[in-house]
Amino acid sequence: MRPFTKHTGLAAPLDLANVDTDMIIPKQFLKSIKRTGFGKNLFDELRYEDEGQPDQECDGRPIREEFILNQPRYKGASVLLARQNFGCGSSREHAPWALDDYGFRSVIAPSFADIFYNNCFKNGLLPIVLQTEEVDQLFAEVALREGAEIIVDLENQTVTSPSGTQFEFMVDNFRKHCLLNGLDDIGLTLQQESSIRRYEEKRMNDAPWLFLSRGQ
Amino acid sequence: MSGKTLYDKLWDSHLVQQRDDGSALIYIDLQLLHEVTSPQAFEGLRIAGRKPWRVSSSLATPDHNVPTTKKERISGVDGIEDPVSKIQVTTLDDNCNEFGITEFNMKDIRQGIVHVVGPEQGATLPGMTVVCGDSHTSTHGAFGALAHGIGTSEVEHVLATQCLVQKKSRNMLVRVDGELSPWVSAKDVVLAIIGAIGTAGGTGYAIEFGGTGIQSLSMEGRMTVCNMAIEAGARVGLIAVDDTTINYVEGRPYAPKGAHWDMAVEAWKELVSDQDAQFDEVVVLKSEDIKPQVTWGTSPEMVIAIDEAIPRSEDQTDPVKKEGYARAWKYMGLEGKTMLADITLDRVFIGSCTNSRIEDLRIAAQVVKGRKVASTLKQAIVVPGSGLVKAQAEKEGLDVIFEAAGLEWREPGCSMCLAMNADKLGNGEHCASTSNRNFEGRQGFGGRTHLVSPAMAAAAAIAGHFVDVNEFVKH
Repeated sequence: MRPFTKHTGLAAPLDLANVDTDMIIPKQFLKSIKRTGFGKNLFDELRYEDEGQPDQECDGRPIREEFILNQPRYKGASVLLARQNFGCGSSREHAPWALDDYGFRSVIAPSFADIFYNNCFKNGLLPIVLQTEEVDQLFAEVALREGAEIIVDLENQTVTSPSGTQFEFMVDNFRKHCLLNGLDDIGLTLQQESSIRRYEEKRMNDAPWLFLSRGQ
Repeated sequence: MSGKTLYDKLWDSHLVQQRDDGSALIYIDLQLLHEVTSPQAFEGLRIAGRKPWRVSSSLATPDHNVPTTKKERISGVDGIEDPVSKIQVTTLDDNCNEFGITEFNMKDIRQGIVHVVGPEQGATLPGMTVVCGDSHTSTHGAFGALAHGIGTSEVEHVLATQCLVQKKSRNMLVRVDGELSPWVSAKDVVLAIIGAIGTAGGTGYAIEFGGTGIQSLSMEGRMTVCNMAIEAGARVGLIAVDDTTINYVEGRPYAPKGAHWDMAVEAWKELVSDQDAQFDEVVVLKSEDIKPQVTWGTSPEMVIAIDEAIPRSEDQTDPVKKEGYARAWKYMGLEGKTMLADITLDRVFIGSCTNSRIEDLRIAAQVVKGRKVASTLKQAIVVPGSGLVKAQAEKEGLDVIFEAAGLEWREPGCSMCLAMNADKLGNGEHCASTSNRNFEGRQGFGGRTHLVSPAMAAAAAIAGHFVDVNEFVKH
């Protein structure tokens, strides 16, 4: 996994609460068996006027001019400002894959849905929860000046607004450690192989019916 | 020291390793797999040269994008007309063959929606941890099992290590007290709960559903309630084990037998919250207050009882709600409409992991029996949750009742719930749907979904618009 340490980037404000994973990446694009290539269909229904199809070229499609990612001033944005309960709905990891593929490195919101929040960390995308007032301030500052950048510092757990105000955020130590070092979760868990085997032995004794092999 | 909640007990019995920062490794007993969220996980295993830790803990079946017409289904995977869907379903078959995982493929009568198939086979058992790359995995909590929806990276992690990295959730109890009114179902109960606590109300919590209103539900009904825990923001929904649970599990193909069965039943009786257990949050609803529910907007929390007026944006004070309501009104085309009955329906969908079990189909059939679908409707489809549900329904003659009433009787799968196959809504069409999400575009580009119970969907199919099923059946 690509590590995340510190990132400075253009912020795009998505001023909409309860953005669900169907909005982030509609179902027709979930038929892919790859992890990449979802960026062009990120927010497909908000971004384009027509119904997108998998494997379709997106360059000539009619766009919704008012949508933030279609506004020239937010071209190249890598920090997404969002509202409450971002990422609610399905468990599709295609949502963080699409955000990542588009070029986002971090999403800042007052709250996230659990599964989405969790999925982000597996993909080097940093979800940050700030107080509602702090998010409000970021929205206001980003609207004020074209090209406004936000600094996200994972090591120090701070977000710096375009005007230089610093906000602190919380992150679990283990997730932080993995993200800072780009560590593969599976490799780390497999280091605990003996603990897992010990658990299995005990459990097989207490609840043997859980370990019966199934026929076809 | 206070007692433990059911969630605490399940957590403790699966804890492999606790870490200092609150995260933990928990052991997974059952992983259900389907075609949409597993290909990248298997690919990850291949790239790293890893093997599944314990293949007998996995069970797979294609469901999300299998076609549901007889024409396409007759020749199994080869009959799928959409080439992209076909590749995904074939990939699941290939991966299961390569890694030695049991799969109910498209030609197997046991194929169906994972959350219908697991319990039906007795693969889902009380006291287990169950995961699947699908948010509606919370369904299995109806068995007193700890069931999480997970992402694809976690699917790979569980395949490779049999464990999941998790942080313990807080405990919430949602109690529904008293006897439910006639024609008020599990679906109405859970929609009313979501209406009360909101789509983020359960975020960070494991919700245990209790009270007499829940205890009186069948296993099918309990699965419907736990299924939609995620729509209230909770990854986990739970219901304590009782005789209803044990009777349902007994004799199923994968359920323990003989001495193992006796031993298991003894253990399962402990799967209830202790009398003195402390919950971080308690919400109480009265059954008598719950009427048939219908969603009017684009979030499951935008829900009202059938006899209520559709709420208006201008009556809202919270600015976020105001904006959300205005957007939903526009998307749903509600201008000039005050009551749910004012909405003309285009399609009706009875199915999905929320409501496609035999009990759901029986109730829907009871409502439409001897009646005809409204001529204004473009389509009404009934999609059973599995091949076995379909066979059982046909044995009872339900298919004949549906077809005589003008509803289409389909092959099992997720179908119009998320429109990954050919079953979808057209732009601007209104649908009475027994599924779980009414998000923008969920059932098709520009489609307008109204979530309801099977009985309400069936009554709406006949009337052509929403009606109170309780009144409807009297005439």
